[in-house]
Amino acid sequence: MPKVVFLQPDGIRREIEVPVGITLMEAARQHGVVGVVAQCGGACACATCHVYVDPTWLGTLDPPEEMEQGMLETAWEPRDNSRLSCQVHMTANLNGLQVTVPSRQGG
Amino acid sequence: MISTILIIGGGQAGAQAVDTLRREGFNGRLVLVSDEPQLPYQRPPLSKKFLCGELAADRLPFRHQSFYDEHHIELKLGVRATHLDPAARRVTLSNGEEVVYDRLLLCLGAASRLLTCPGADLPGVHYLRGIADVPKIREGLKPGARAVIIGGGYIGLETAATARKMGCAVTVLEMADRVMNRVVASNVSEYFEREHRAQGVKIICNTRVVRLEGQTRVERVVCADGSTHEADLLVVGVGAVANMKLASDAGLACENGIVVDEYCRTSDSAIYAAGDCTYHPSRRFEMRVRLESVDNAFEQAKAAALNLLERPTVHDRVPWFWSDQFDNKLLIVGLSQGHDQQVTRGDPATRSFTVCYLKGGELQAVEAINHSKDYMAARKLIADRARPDIDKLADPLVALKDSI
Repeated sequence: MPKVVFLQPDGIRREIEVPVGITLMEAARQHGVVGVVAQCGGACACATCHVYVDPTWLGTLDPPEEMEQGMLETAWEPRDNSRLSCQVHMTANLNGLQVTVPSRQGG
Repeated sequence: MISTILIIGGGQAGAQAVDTLRREGFNGRLVLVSDEPQLPYQRPPLSKKFLCGELAADRLPFRHQSFYDEHHIELKLGVRATHLDPAARRVTLSNGEEVVYDRLLLCLGAASRLLTCPGADLPGVHYLRGIADVPKIREGLKPGARAVIIGGGYIGLETAATARKMGCAVTVLEMADRVMNRVVASNVSEYFEREHRAQGVKIICNTRVVRLEGQTRVERVVCADGSTHEADLLVVGVGAVANMKLASDAGLACENGIVVDEYCRTSDSAIYAAGDCTYHPSRRFEMRVRLESVDNAFEQAKAAALNLLERPTVHDRVPWFWSDQFDNKLLIVGLSQGHDQQVTRGDPATRSFTVCYLKGGELQAVEAINHSKDYMAARKLIADRARPDIDKLADPLVALKDSI
């Protein structure tokens, strides 16, 4: 099963197996990754599953849709590599993806 | 010393509370009781992607079992709390077990308000509240099936949209003069009525259901004006009431919900409550509220957990809500009750617009239709008690965040 590395705000590195098809947010929540709050559960309604994607992986991801883009603009400290992890679906070619969880979530 | 914390209720609030308690360093015995047999799970998809089968059941739980094991959280699933004795600090469970606590957190949630008209107890009258309700409804969602939904609120309209997408002939019966009348502005109601009708949903407002008829199961709905609606499937979504019997039987103060203060404390100093079951004060909105909201359950449970650990934390957040209907996303933040001014940004015909509510010049609530930027900006502005410039606010070309 492909794996994703989450760097938690407390400095701990979590390597998690993520089944193809589910979102990064779901995997993070199921395993209790610190800092991925994910209040709305993937409805793209809260911006509390914000992560920074390792820039080398950006080209591999589908770009964010307008709804996600709008959410990210006012998320906590957005950067060019910001994504909502609920909008990133796992695929086989994302094996090894690394994301950093910000120290805060929400607007 | 607090050695045992007992949480009753495995919904959003209960699940969040155990999480916060462990993360914030509680090392004592932590017990979570839920009357549902599943691991604590998210409810919003029940009327949407889970209902149509797009989301599998194993994607509903918040956390895997391993999380509870690793954090030594005792889950007692499929058992009900039947009696609370505050003097003895003891809860009796439906399996006969008794749990003695130092602190108790009630996350009892809300239950569907039931129809009371004749025929309401016929088989085939469905409510949508928990996982167990879904298979029976899903079974009836066959192409061509006549689905009648009583109630044009969130649950009713989301279920209608899902049923329509699955090919049913859908009728929504609403008692008020417009759908979602308690929660959104009239132009938002109109917009959603148009969207549903464009998708082939029949929406009938100003209609009161007087009885349900059928031989061995419900077959039709009869309204006050004499009209009848044949139903192969009937789903009722006419609101919810707080689950508070356990608390009221124990003598805790209850009104519209379990009465708590801003620290989530009930009238008993060892008992706290969080989520849909609470009737709590909001400093920001200067009133007591009972909210049916994922966000409120989450945040109030977090605050309750910190207060249980004797770290005083006031729960005073700006609540937010959302609803998905067809390809529309309705995002609401704040509470519009008591507003004295209303401004619409943008044109509903573009399928993206925002309604803003103000009170005494302060932004108080926003309903954003397919407009995540306005919604996110409003969350901050409302919390900050911002006073927007009305001309800028009314101009959709000025970003909402720049309207002050």
